[in-house]
This record gives sequence, C-alpha cells and structure tokens, in this order.
Amino acid sequence: MTEEVSTQTEAPARPEPGFYVAPAPHLAGRGGSSSTRWMMVDVLVALVPVLVAALWVFQWYAVKQVAICVIACLVAESLCMRWRGRCGSVRDLSAVVTGAILALSLPWSAPWYVGAIAGIVAVGLGKVVFGGLGQNLFNPAMVGRAFALVCFPAALGASAYQADGTVLDVVSRATPLTLAKQMGEGSPLWPLFIGNLNGSLGETSALACLLGGLYLCLRRTASWEIPAAIVVTVAVLGGAAHAGGLSVWGAAEHLFGGALLLGAFYIATDPVTSPVTKRGKCLFGMGIGAVVVLIRLFSGYPEGVMFAVLLMNAVTPLINRWTVPRPVGGPVPVRA
Amino acid sequence: MPATLERVPGKRTFARGVHPPDCKALAADAPIEVVATPGEVQIPLLQHTGAPAVPVVKNRQAVVLGELLARAEAFVSAAVHASLAGKVGRETRVTLPNGRHVAALQVRADGEQLEGEALRAEILGGDWPTSGLDSYTPEQIVQAVRAAGVVGLGGAAFPTHVKLTRNAQRPTDVLLLNGSECEPYLTADYRLMVEAPGPIVTGALLAGRAIGAERVLVGIEDNKPQAIRALRQAAAGTGIQIVPVQTKYPMGGERQLIPAVLGREVPTGGLPLDVGVVVLNVGTAAAVARAVVRGRPLTHRVVTVSGPGVVRPRNLLVPIGISYQELIDACGGLREDAARVVAGGPMMGFALGDLETPVTKGTSGITVLTQAELTRDAEQPCVRCGRCVDVCPLHLVPTKIALAAKHRDWDLARRYHMLACMECGCCAFACPSRIPLVQLIRMGKALVPRS
Repeated sequence: MTEEVSTQTEAPARPEPGFYVAPAPHLAGRGGSSSTRWMMVDVLVALVPVLVAALWVFQWYAVKQVAICVIACLVAESLCMRWRGRCGSVRDLSAVVTGAILALSLPWSAPWYVGAIAGIVAVGLGKVVFGGLGQNLFNPAMVGRAFALVCFPAALGASAYQADGTVLDVVSRATPLTLAKQMGEGSPLWPLFIGNLNGSLGETSALACLLGGLYLCLRRTASWEIPAAIVVTVAVLGGAAHAGGLSVWGAAEHLFGGALLLGAFYIATDPVTSPVTKRGKCLFGMGIGAVVVLIRLFSGYPEGVMFAVLLMNAVTPLINRWTVPRPVGGPVPVRA
Repeated sequence: MPATLERVPGKRTFARGVHPPDCKALAADAPIEVVATPGEVQIPLLQHTGAPAVPVVKNRQAVVLGELLARAEAFVSAAVHASLAGKVGRETRVTLPNGRHVAALQVRADGEQLEGEALRAEILGGDWPTSGLDSYTPEQIVQAVRAAGVVGLGGAAFPTHVKLTRNAQRPTDVLLLNGSECEPYLTADYRLMVEAPGPIVTGALLAGRAIGAERVLVGIEDNKPQAIRALRQAAAGTGIQIVPVQTKYPMGGERQLIPAVLGREVPTGGLPLDVGVVVLNVGTAAAVARAVVRGRPLTHRVVTVSGPGVVRPRNLLVPIGISYQELIDACGGLREDAARVVAGGPMMGFALGDLETPVTKGTSGITVLTQAELTRDAEQPCVRCGRCVDVCPLHLVPTKIALAAKHRDWDLARRYHMLACMECGCCAFACPSRIPLVQLIRMGKALVPRS
C-alpha cells in the first residue's frame, strides 16, 4: 500500500492510457522526396552540376552572384514571415532554391545590388504577397529577374555579357544567342553542349542541365512531361524555322543554346506554378516551347525563356480548368 | 485444364494506385485458430447496409448456437443469429467503429458450447461438393442465403441475397470473387483461401448458379502464390478461373478489380451489376456454401489481429459479437507502444476509441499501430506537385476537391467530380505536404447539399 502511494507521488498526472482516434488512412508514404523540404533538397542536389559548370566557366563571379541572391532571398523570406507573424518557413529551403535559380539566370557581370534587389523582389513580390509557398501564381525567380531586367536594362542586356580585359576568356565574345540574333552567326555545337562560352551563369552548359534535370525527373521531384514537351516543341519549331531560313540556328542549337534546358528542367518544372494533370503539363510545356521560339525569332530580345515561363504561369489556372481528367467510370450523373 | 487457360480480357492491373508496405508477414503464416468462447456477445441488429433486423426473441430466452435472434423484414436487410448458446439479455445500444449507434442483443453463454476443433470442423471442415449442385434452384439458393443472414464479409456488409437475386432488366454473366485483400496487415482472406478453399469453391459455384453466371472468376493479388495454388487445386475441373492480379492498393475495390480482370469499367454512381458482374468476397462465398449446403447461418468469421502493437499477431475464427478487447487479449494483449487500434486495415479502417465494441460481420481485421507508423508531421502548404493526381485510382484531382471541400465551394467540388471519390486514401497516403486530402473530401461529401 505504502509503495503504491509513493509511486503515485513520484510519477503524478500520468493520463489514462488511451488511443488517438483519427480518420483513415492511418499510414503515409515514406521514402523518396516525401516532404516539401526534401523536394527542395532534391532541387538543390540537381543544381550541383549546373553550379559546378558555372564555377568552371565564370569562376568566382559565379560564387559571388549565387551568394548574393541566396542571402537576399533568405533575408527577404525571414523578414516577410516575421511581418506576417509566421515562422518556420525559412526552413523549407524554398528561398534557397529561388535564390540559386535566380543567380544562375543572371549575367556574371551584374552588380551586387541587381542580384540583391532581384532576390528581394523574387521572394517578396513573387511569393509572399500571394500568401507564401504554394500560393504564388508566377515563378518567384523569374519575377525577380523580370523586375531586374526592367529596372536595370543595361545590367542584364546583351551588352552586359561582353567585356574585354577580364580574367575570363569566354566573356570576350558575345553570347551565342546575341551572335545568332545580331550577326546571324551560328555557333559550333560542342561548346554549346559543354558550356565553355558566354551567357548567363547557369545556362551555358547543356550537359550540366541534362544531368541535373535527369536526376530531378528520375526522383519524380520534377514531372518529366514538362521538359519533354518543351524540348520536343522547340526542336520541331526551331528545326522548321531553320529549314524555312528564318534562323541560322537549327533544332540542336535551339536546344543546347541559351537558357532553354535550364528553364525546361529547373524553372518550368516548379510545381506550384505549373498545372497538376499530365495533360495540363504537356500543354504547359508546349506553350513554353512555342513562346521561346517565337521570342528568339521575332522579338527584340535574344532569349525568351523567362517571358515564356511567366506567360504560361499566367495561363496555368486556365489550363488546370481545361484539363480536368475524366473520372474512371465517367462524370457523376446528375440526379433528376 | 482448358478452363484455366482461357484468357481474361482485363490487363490484370489498373491505372495509378499506391504501394504501401504490405506488412502481411506478421500474420500470414499464423493458421486460423478458434478463439475461446467468450462469456457473452453483443450482437448489433444493424451490421449491414440497409434496414436493421427486427428482434424475434424475448428477454432471458434460451437460445442455441445459430438460432435466429432478429429477422430481416425489408428486402435490403439481413437476419442476425446467436453466435453461441446461452440466454438473451436486454436490448442495449452499442457504438460501432464507423460511428453508428445501433441496437444490439446481448447473449450470455450458458450450457454446452460447440468450440475448438469441433466448431472449426463444423464451419470450414468436412466435404464441400463441387458437383451435383444443380439440385439447388436459384430461388432456393437465394432463400437459404437470406435466411442465413449472409452479408459481404469484405467490409461494406451489403446483404448478399440482394446481390444474388436475378434482375430481368440487368442480366449478369460473370461472378467475380474478390480475393485480393489489398489492405496492409490483413491476412484473414488469405488464410481462408489457403486452409479452406473447399467452401469458397462450392460457394462460388452456388452463387454463380443463383445469378446465372456464364463465368466464375477469382481475382487474387500475385503476392499470395499459396492462395492461388490452393484455390487452383480446389477448383480444378469446375470451370472456375483463378486470375492473379498485380499487387497494388486498392486492388480490392470493385472499381479496380473488375477492370483489372474483365476490362469493364463500372460507371460512376452505378454498380458492378450495370456491367453484368456480381462481386463477392471469398469469405462471403464460403458463408454462402455453408448456408446452402449445411443450412447454417453466418455466426462466425475469420478476423486478423495484427500490427506491430499487438504481442502475438494471429488469425482467429471468432463469434460475431465478441469484443475487440477479447480478441486482442487472445493475441497476448497490446504492446506498450500501441498507439492506435484500427477496425479493418490501416488504409480505410476506423480508429477505435473503446475496445468493448463488438466484432460485426463486416470486421475483417484489427490492426494495432504504434507511434512509428502513424504520421504526426505537421501539414504544410500544397505545392501542387500533382502526386495525388498521379495516384488517384479514379483519376480525380484530389487537391482541388479537398480545397473546394475546405472552403465549402460546392460548385468547384462538382466541377472536379467530388462525389465520384470512393475514399480509398491513396491521395492522403502520397501527399508530401501531409495534407489530409481524403479526410477533407470525405467531409465535403458529407456536407454537400444533395438536391
């Protein structure tokens, strides 16, 4: 009796053994990228080859740009979340992904404030004003880049890429896209594929984008339908334009040159801003591919991936509406 | 055997779905054992879909095993019988795992009981004829099944005699037995197929005869090779075809199994009957055989008690109305880390708050889960990754439906076909943001105004 009493006093208030009740299912899938945080980690892992290529081509300019953009995005995210009275969203790593992709889409020469402002706008205007992760209509990194392009046209225009007398050899020549656009000059395929030529930090090496992109698709963090649709559309339209004498670039140059593969694998596949159904993803990718080719051929800009992604982001809700799948067994019958 | 070589039109799988760890090894090799006769049973009067049964016994009346306690008055209803010999107590009310409060009759054990091996032999053992069944007319079969109170043992507990009654407007040509048992942990149907294929085959032949089926098929997931072998052996020469299908959740759903085996698509809002098929669980077929050949009612069923939270996972032959607590005690009790007791399997089963709940005809198992299996991750925002769309076996867009249900936007819910959802839970299982998708959809289906 006394023993019982003593144990009672030592371990007080232990609740009656009971069972949590909750509705089914009682299990959840594990393994793979089974949380939003792990999806972001997957994207960062996939970005490694692209970062390595950027480091190889642009050396410390790449390090500087990535660091500036990532820090700007993280600061913006934590500040905005504090204002909104929420916490913890910095840990989902989505701001790091946004910053890295933004940096890789900028030229090596962009001054530090361009990257910083673009990063703050990307997270602040691109994501948080819509309600944070999952709510944004447009790809945040592309919103930041578009803002920077409008505010600092000189820092992001074709002339910004080219410079003489730096430690980098590749930047003494114009970017392949500018060469094709302004001089009607083609580029040899092998450098386009490997990446030792001028361009935005992450876009020069097609090989690196393919490696990381393949990883993303195999991990099913990115839907393969989107890059596949973009690549096929650009190859067909680019090839047709070349055959019709509209462009010095053939299908292969259109694929390996410029930011196409970077955009197809890393930017367009952002799940938040792309459709949810397979059919929708195919339509979305075809739209991006078509707009990229149109801009490259007929607009004043040499490259069109950013505008194509933003434009198709805007159409995504509509695509979702158009591509509601037919349920197995047909639609629910309307009761008379 | 030309019959077994005959091709089936289905692709033996269905599109999408998920692969949860099946965890069947815990109880798959535990033979069916007869549980000790309990001191009392609580027999709910509504264990099935339809109208409650109407009591025909008085308080303190002595009943024998299998005696009628309450009869089915409506067409869609099922009789209930005493699952042990004893004295009837007062009518009480019990809460079933699915949340329904129903009237129940208590029967206190009294007098000599049929138990142990004798009971097992009476229910599953002995000879099960596969020929000479022509002597039963379809009407006789339906009558015997109705009198025995047989309902679907797979979980939904729809009265079987309703399914077996011929309908001139909607003729049926195929009887499909469901032996897929796709829920993780559950092995009751598997053990029955391995240990007692005889009554399953006889029941299939009888049910096929009742509905006028030209073909009788058994769909079994290919992770149960022993069951496939046992049934093939028992069905040799009867014309019944055993069809192995891919192991994938929810293969046991009618809307998945029928296309997988027969290539026919059941219309939304319709029944398998609309495509000429009647689907019965393998356990139900065994109950049909017992009802027709032996004239014995459905008083016992096989229940799996499994999961990492139970000491000794087993498959038990139990009387209807025994409490969950007694079954868990028969399996050595709960482990210390047991955190949730589920009636049925973990994908679609109901969590129990009170272990004194009685086992009903539709109880296929008890799964005891520990904290390690349960997800306690916080819900995160939807990133529209589309994984729920990629796994939905009915090809819906769960994320949109759940959002519509959350905001009571019934127009949006309708546009995304909310009422077509069968609540299998694949979406919530697959969601990386841990959004309770199927839970929200279930709530939406309950709240939507049906005009």
